Amino acid sequence: MSTDRIEKRVVLRAPRSRVWRAISDAKEFGTWFRLTLDGAFAAGKTVRGRHDNFKVEMRIERIEPERYFSYRWHPYPKDPAKDYAEEPMTLVEFTLEDAEGGGTALTIVESGFDRIPLARRAEAFRMNTEGWAGQIKNLAGYVS
Amino acid sequence: MSRSRSAPVLFAALGDPTRLRLLRRLSVDGPLSITRLSEGTGLTRQAITKHLNTLGNVGLVRHARHGRERVWELERRRLETARAYLNRIAAEWDAAAERLKAFVEA
Repeated sequence: MSTDRIEKRVVLRAPRSRVWRAISDAKEFGTWFRLTLDGAFAAGKTVRGRHDNFKVEMRIERIEPERYFSYRWHPYPKDPAKDYAEEPMTLVEFTLEDAEGGGTALTIVESGFDRIPLARRAEAFRMNTEGWAGQIKNLAGYVS
Repeated sequence: MSRSRSAPVLFAALGDPTRLRLLRRLSVDGPLSITRLSEGTGLTRQAITKHLNTLGNVGLVRHARHGRERVWELERRRLETARAYLNRIAAEWDAAAERLKAFVEA
């Protein structure tokens, strides 16, 4: 198990065009992601967003209609009192494919964690506000 | 020696390329002596011992005796704690993917 990336796969019972809109339209993205975004997504553009208790900055990397969407941002912890501007960002990628038997197979990858300072990662423990520790499961070997 | 259990101290101990290399080495090759761990590092046994003690203080490695030789080995449970950060973010993505699913399937 890599320490650099997270990968999620999910099959959505909806056509690709529908899933694409939910991901590529900033307003729809904000609805399910729970962010208020200040503009539309376009390659090379920076879109700012607000959540109840943090702010985000999404630097849009690449948009390939109905297939691929990627952006960079600062991963957790998103502490509003801190300036993370100088720190490395992670890359978030959404890839859409037709699922076997209908629907859309979506893969979400967030990578680049190995470049995040370890001290910053440790902060996530101090900012434990949602009891996420209870969700920790399946801790595989660190370097295997 | 008292062990610090706080996450920041743990991560500080991990935040060094030599120490990360030592951990990877122990992970791949199993328990090793200081002599073996020093090989190819360009560092003295003393320097390696210092790094191992730092890792030992936060519970990432421990030493044991194999016959007449003292060897160092990984404490896997502690490393798993280090993985908790990624697990936290993975849990966020799980929740976000669930919300997206509900959103497009509605």
